[in-house]
Amino acid sequence: MLLTLTTTHRPATDLGHLLVKHPDRVQSFDLPVGTAHVLYPEADEARCTAALLVEVDPLKLGGGRGRRQATTPDSFTLGQYVNDRPYAASSLLSSALAKVFRSALRGESRDRPELAATAIPLEVRVPVLRCRGGADLAVRVFAPLGWTVTATPIPLDEAYPEWGDSRYVDLTLTGTLRLADALNHLYVLLPVLDDAKHYWVAPDEVDKLLRAGAGWLAGHPERGLITRRYLAHRRALAGTALARLAELRLADEPSADDSVEIEQPAEAPRASLAIRRREAVLAALRDSGASRVLDLGCGGGALLTALVADRRFTEVVGTDVSSQALAMAARRLRLDRLPERQRDRVRLWQSALTYRDDRLRGYDAAVLMEVVEHLDPPRLPALEDAVFGHARPGTVVVTTPNVEYNVRYEGLGAGRFRHADHRFEWTRAEFAAWVDRVATAHGYTATLGGIGDEDPEVGTPTQLAVLRSNETGTRKEETTR
Amino acid sequence: MTVLDIPELALVALVGVSGSGKSTFAGRHFQPSQVLSSDTFRGMVADDENDQSASGDAFDALHHVAGIRLRRGRLTVVDATNLQPHARAGLIKVAREHDVLPVAIVLDVPEAVAWERTRARADRTHGRQVLARMQRDLRQSYGRLAREGFRKVHVLRGVEEIEAAEIRYEKLFNDRRELTGPFDVVGDVHGCREELEALLLRLGWSLRRDDAGRPVDAVHPAGRTAVFVGDLVDRGPDSPGVLRLVMGMVAAGHAICVPGNHEQKLLRKLRGRDVRLTHGLAETMAQLASEPAEFVAETAAFIDGLVSHYVLDGGRLVVAHAGLKEAYHGRASGRVRSFALYGETTGETDEYGLPVRYPWARDYRGSAMVVYGHTPTPEPEWVNNTICLDTGCVFGGKLTALRYPEKELVAVPAVKEWYAPARPLVAPTPARPDTVLDLADVTGRRHLTHAYGTLTVPAENAAAALEVMSRYALDPDRLVWLPPTMAPCSTSTVEGFLEHPAQAFADYRAAGVERVVCEEKHMGSRAVVLVEREPGRFSGGAVHTRTGRPFFGPPLDGELLARVRAAVTAAGLWAELDTDWLLLDCELLPWSAKAGGLIREQYAGVGAAGRAALPAVLGTLDAAAARGLPVGELRGRMADRAAEVEAYSAAYRAYVGPTDGLRGVTLAPFAVLAGAGASYADRDHGWHLALADRLCAADPEFFTPTRRQVVDLADEAAVAAATDWWLSLTAAGGEGMVVKPYAGLAARSPKGSLLQPGIKCRGREYLRIIYGPGYTGPGQLAALRKRSLGRKRGLALHEHALGLAALDALAEDAPLWRRHELVFAILACESEPVDPRL
Repeated sequence: MLLTLTTTHRPATDLGHLLVKHPDRVQSFDLPVGTAHVLYPEADEARCTAALLVEVDPLKLGGGRGRRQATTPDSFTLGQYVNDRPYAASSLLSSALAKVFRSALRGESRDRPELAATAIPLEVRVPVLRCRGGADLAVRVFAPLGWTVTATPIPLDEAYPEWGDSRYVDLTLTGTLRLADALNHLYVLLPVLDDAKHYWVAPDEVDKLLRAGAGWLAGHPERGLITRRYLAHRRALAGTALARLAELRLADEPSADDSVEIEQPAEAPRASLAIRRREAVLAALRDSGASRVLDLGCGGGALLTALVADRRFTEVVGTDVSSQALAMAARRLRLDRLPERQRDRVRLWQSALTYRDDRLRGYDAAVLMEVVEHLDPPRLPALEDAVFGHARPGTVVVTTPNVEYNVRYEGLGAGRFRHADHRFEWTRAEFAAWVDRVATAHGYTATLGGIGDEDPEVGTPTQLAVLRSNETGTRKEETTR
Repeated sequence: MTVLDIPELALVALVGVSGSGKSTFAGRHFQPSQVLSSDTFRGMVADDENDQSASGDAFDALHHVAGIRLRRGRLTVVDATNLQPHARAGLIKVAREHDVLPVAIVLDVPEAVAWERTRARADRTHGRQVLARMQRDLRQSYGRLAREGFRKVHVLRGVEEIEAAEIRYEKLFNDRRELTGPFDVVGDVHGCREELEALLLRLGWSLRRDDAGRPVDAVHPAGRTAVFVGDLVDRGPDSPGVLRLVMGMVAAGHAICVPGNHEQKLLRKLRGRDVRLTHGLAETMAQLASEPAEFVAETAAFIDGLVSHYVLDGGRLVVAHAGLKEAYHGRASGRVRSFALYGETTGETDEYGLPVRYPWARDYRGSAMVVYGHTPTPEPEWVNNTICLDTGCVFGGKLTALRYPEKELVAVPAVKEWYAPARPLVAPTPARPDTVLDLADVTGRRHLTHAYGTLTVPAENAAAALEVMSRYALDPDRLVWLPPTMAPCSTSTVEGFLEHPAQAFADYRAAGVERVVCEEKHMGSRAVVLVEREPGRFSGGAVHTRTGRPFFGPPLDGELLARVRAAVTAAGLWAELDTDWLLLDCELLPWSAKAGGLIREQYAGVGAAGRAALPAVLGTLDAAAARGLPVGELRGRMADRAAEVEAYSAAYRAYVGPTDGLRGVTLAPFAVLAGAGASYADRDHGWHLALADRLCAADPEFFTPTRRQVVDLADEAAVAAATDWWLSLTAAGGEGMVVKPYAGLAARSPKGSLLQPGIKCRGREYLRIIYGPGYTGPGQLAALRKRSLGRKRGLALHEHALGLAALDALAEDAPLWRRHELVFAILACESEPVDPRL
């Protein structure tokens, strides 16, 4: 990977003093992943270019990453052997930059201290930079800092023009800045655009970020994105960093808006639908009088939290086929920190709705919230048997999208589903027919409803069905008699 | 000498005071592992065998272990005083829970002897009054043991009798494992004598008749044994005639018979109980009225002597009138008998007022075949290795027999409807009740035993596979096999090569293989094609990937199947192989058809980055060189990198082709794995490839032939020719080849162990897309040569063995749960483990 740094400040060769690297020498530095070379392809009075070339040793790259050792390449994983790290600018380049140009990064210069403090005409070129979010994002992060940005997308394969552009850009920045600022911008923003880190992001990264971002990050319009990406999307760290940045801004400019900005997800109206869906499901469960409930396909535990918060539910079981989802739910519920009595109310089990599971028998109610549409239609009979035939809860609450409503979502192309993993989405008639068939086959009585604002033409965005077992009905009658 | 008869499977409670010699007795007559001593358990839970405060916990543990032993069918002896009713009640309960007979052996020695022995033991500190209390308890126990539920009570009085006693094991009545058949198992006859005669004749039996011309026995020339599943009587025209024949056959040793609920009811009536004359009993009573009293008495004695179920043929066959769940096989208790006679009901009744029967067979996972009757159905159907033979002969259906072990059904139609059924004979719903799978069939740590070996699947792998299987894979009924992973050849020592044919040949030579086939390895995507002549049990079939996902999804998979179906039809394979479906192992080309996204996102991206970065680097270095800087060596390395990236780009581009729907897509079949009733794992690869060639000939546009070389490994010229062939294939951009034992998929080494079904030998250029553009560099190649192949080879063999077992299970039409557990295990082997617990 390559980065070149050019100045036309006269004498341009002073760049060598600022970088503490002589223009007439080729210098090499050992890095954990290979070797960094600094050399000058041009160096005269009018124009001087320093090049930082990182020669990655693929053997060193493979060994330290993940669980697999380089000695067992048999267990092939794509990323280990076939990756762009030797070619594209990334956090590897940032690390090299910090190591090779340490004093320049700090703005220090023994020979030219006043020049180090002066803005000089600079041109930076990174011929290959992976830019997650497109060339436009490179403009958004560099332009506010005083750079003129040229980010040219690199075609994916010139042999197949129909494949379009790759995720890489050829980046050129021009501007008049202090060299130290320029280097700090690159140090922080190259990995941000790449959006990957070659090392584990530890809490001390927050300090590194704030140090490198001193003077420019707090006021940067994209500081939210920069912080999150730099801290490898570790929420807790990003929160800390953003809070500290907000403090800095308060100190700098007391009149500015004061809140910590957490980026709102783009689909805010859908979030509120999710809340209404949860409320509707909870209401249906409360109506049913259930106290021992199953959340089948609980995912990350959005509904579980609400169920656990309600003391009327004496036993709450979340099941999911993904152990990752269950781990997320456990974290969200803070299971390891709940008092024992509370903890005993909650169970998280890996289970698949296409298999019968004896553990799920005998519960008062079960929820299938936005679950059925994640199953291929040929597998639905297995779910029907497992839930309605085998587990046989007293009440089953089902929600699923109403495909008719999709025309009301701007940006959702015709024929597209709301989620990439949806295998189907039902019209109201299709859902009603399914519910009716299942209820008849398994001895349940169904009530249909909707969740969200009702549109006169296409109905509500989410469909709801509550199925009550006819058995519990008779049992109740008998006891009241 | 006193001989104590005890059943082979029993819970034996020793009863006696302290010092009566229980432990000595147990040690003399039983294996140490069979004896559970309360002292041992006290020591186990409290570090002190005499800590009476630990007795509660100790007995909890003892009962638990006893329960596990009994569940597993192991004789268990409890060495404790067992003097008090509550202590014995715990044991009776454990025995009943596992349907084994509780037996008591009382050791009664004079008080003085017991006291003498107790005093001699340093660890026993209780006084003589405690012993006296024990003696009192023993006296009181005598009368109660039988009442409490002990089915046998043996009392040994005095030291001499105890010392002289011997244990003799008796088999349970239902244990007839020594009878190996062959059997003709006959369904519910219900007085249809005419049809029974016809059926026996059809089965090849000859009837023996008495002077009045009535059949009183039957003999099969091949020495077969008839097995009657009960319900010989009621409803039909000649129950006495059926009884006469069957009783004769049983008496002559030509048949065995289990009772049905109708025999049971008849017996109660004959014994003068108040039984309602319903469900056809009235007819039987009327028919018996004209029989002599001796015959009626014989009938009563015959029914009284019937055993409710039999375990036959070494435990491989179980016969009971209403079927029997696995936990009850070979057990004896009231509820086992009741299950065998009446089945399990849900407690509900249907719209005709008849009890709703619990579908126990759906949950059946046992290895023994269970043959039964009781529930009339129009056609007998295999459900999880069980079959009901009651085809409603008396209701105008037919009388059915099962030939065992042939698994062949033979039936004769009813002469007429002799009795109107209370409810119409309809097939039970769902039509294929064994399509239901239980989570317990696949999850948890599982030990699989199959014809090709055993395997333990860790729970973590099963948990990972569960997600793929449940969310992405085809339905289990159509997912009949998954391709095993394939090991590469041993690492080559040829300069510049990581894999080379020489090594693949050497590997097989070392395994004792004489003849191999080298098949061109198509660089595409693995596709397993299950194609059906017309939609039937597999709904037309399916095309899936190596992890069981539908290949393209609808509608493209359907089009692809139609194309394959047409070719199979044109090639005439349906009739030739006598099948209406085939399972084909194929490669689908080009690679980009399925992996387009992966190629663009992973492979092409890396190429794009490299092809853009390296020229820029070279430009910079050239400028530096022009300034006189010493960068020659660095430039040389970078130029190499640039060439490698170009070579890498060329490698993946070779597997990209334009496709639109199925246009541009071709299929390269290389093995015909299975068809109806047959696994073709035993056919050699010449056979497989010849069939593949015929598909290519039938539709040359859609099918791609697999080029091959058959090589005798002793023939150096052939080996050299195959090596040259490989070099030319790979030089032309081919992926390489797979070397396989010519004898076929199930080939074994001379020592008898299963061979790797194939070893891949991949081209030098191709491997750039596996190990990175620059893997041929000396440093990297050296590192890669250290790759350890052991795990991959082990995995390949395990998965291959599971695959062979899955093909056999398919051929035998084994229950879905069994077929699925094998296929699931292959996927689990291929899955990265995840934590199944939370």
